[in-house]
Amino acid sequence: MSSNNDTIGKTITVALLLCIVCSVIVSGAAIALKPAQVANKALDMQRNILAIGGLAQPGESLTKARVEELFGQIEEKYVDVATGKFTEAPFANYDQVKAAKDPKFSIALDGAIDIASIKRQQKVATVYKVVGGDNAGRLILPVNGYGLWSTLYGFVALESDLNTIAGLGFYAHAETPGLGGEVDNPRWKKMWIGKSVYDANGEVVAKVKKGAVNPAIEAEKLHQVDGLSGATLTSNGVTNLIKFWLGDNGFAPFLKNYKAGEA
Amino acid sequence: MSDIKQVLTEPVVKNNPIALQILGICSALAVTTSMNVAIVMSLAVIAVTACSNLAVSVIRMHIPSSIRIIVQMTIIASLVIVVDQVLKAFAYSISKQLSVFVGLIITNCIVMGRAEAYAMKNGPFMSFMDGIGNGLGYSVILIVVAFFRELFGAGKLFGIEILPLVTEGGWYNPNGLLLLPPSAFFLIGGIIWAIRTFQKDQVEAPDFKIAKNTTKEAY
Repeated sequence: MSSNNDTIGKTITVALLLCIVCSVIVSGAAIALKPAQVANKALDMQRNILAIGGLAQPGESLTKARVEELFGQIEEKYVDVATGKFTEAPFANYDQVKAAKDPKFSIALDGAIDIASIKRQQKVATVYKVVGGDNAGRLILPVNGYGLWSTLYGFVALESDLNTIAGLGFYAHAETPGLGGEVDNPRWKKMWIGKSVYDANGEVVAKVKKGAVNPAIEAEKLHQVDGLSGATLTSNGVTNLIKFWLGDNGFAPFLKNYKAGEA
Repeated sequence: MSDIKQVLTEPVVKNNPIALQILGICSALAVTTSMNVAIVMSLAVIAVTACSNLAVSVIRMHIPSSIRIIVQMTIIASLVIVVDQVLKAFAYSISKQLSVFVGLIITNCIVMGRAEAYAMKNGPFMSFMDGIGNGLGYSVILIVVAFFRELFGAGKLFGIEILPLVTEGGWYNPNGLLLLPPSAFFLIGGIIWAIRTFQKDQVEAPDFKIAKNTTKEAY
């Protein structure tokens, strides 16, 4: 190392050149790999939808070809949440999570009706309709709501009677692993299958009970699942998001129209 | 040739970055809950250490000593971002599990330590090899720790069930502690103990002598 390395001129030159070279490498990598990353992300989302919707065998490793094959049985639809009717996607490559944050494509929710604490709700929701295969008629609806630390993003799948839950799961959350993080537990998720969302009066009664469900009580057996021990607030969050998204400010109008064939 | 061999193999046991130099412990606690994640993390660290050593060594004659740490840091940070992008593009599910820890390779003391201690004074090829060697040393510990944590904490290896769990109808009651970060401390401590039992020269002289325990009468 010669001593003339330490002149001001040399120091600035080295710093400048280094920055240029490094920034070219970093931005080059980011741009060159972007298409693969976007494709991965889309594939990951489709995988989640298939897994939560109960279309894939549990524990089946979904290869790209298999995801594409199964997704061939699914129609992507857009629903205007307020009117409950099918509509067009507001923009190309519509992303409802992004739309919910954009004032142009979402509405602010009032504290009183915002039981899931999501603050803004997208005007148009992407729903998935299963049209082929053994599970034709299932609807897969997006849900989100606040747990303890984070917003949980997931889907709830309904059987063709639009009341029986065919699957519920979350693809993104940051709850405590081992406590609230148990929303990902396959055994807990399995408990949701077969529960009914609405009671005879059309109220949303599906919920997470605090403690274990008593099978002797008919209402609990029909509508409730065991609470996550040590995760009361996450459990409440799940209850609230179901109540919100399947209630009148969520998909209830759409489900009514859809049932009557008017969506 | 013997030089290359020495540079490559010495950090694995004799001069292990985790067990002897006690560097990079933080990430070793975080990414060792399963073998898959540990191996991908190891590969990422090997790649970053080797490439950053190479890059630092190539320009070592021109680095002004006043900004040398920043220069090393910039090179390391750029390489880590590239590795992160590559993982996101080709191993998406693993990169989701590693989450921030790929980014935190930047702060892994092994990478910076080797750049400063070795690459600044040695040629590019040897520096590259030294990076691979130290990355391997890190990997060995990571993989051993992950082996025990995944096997006894979750009853699995590479996600495949080895010990059937009680909760799934088997007989093995998993040790929940092993899935939490502190368990890696115990395991790494155990490994260091084992290594120093066989490599006596690694045992450090005590900083102070413990006084003999004497009993005095209390008044």
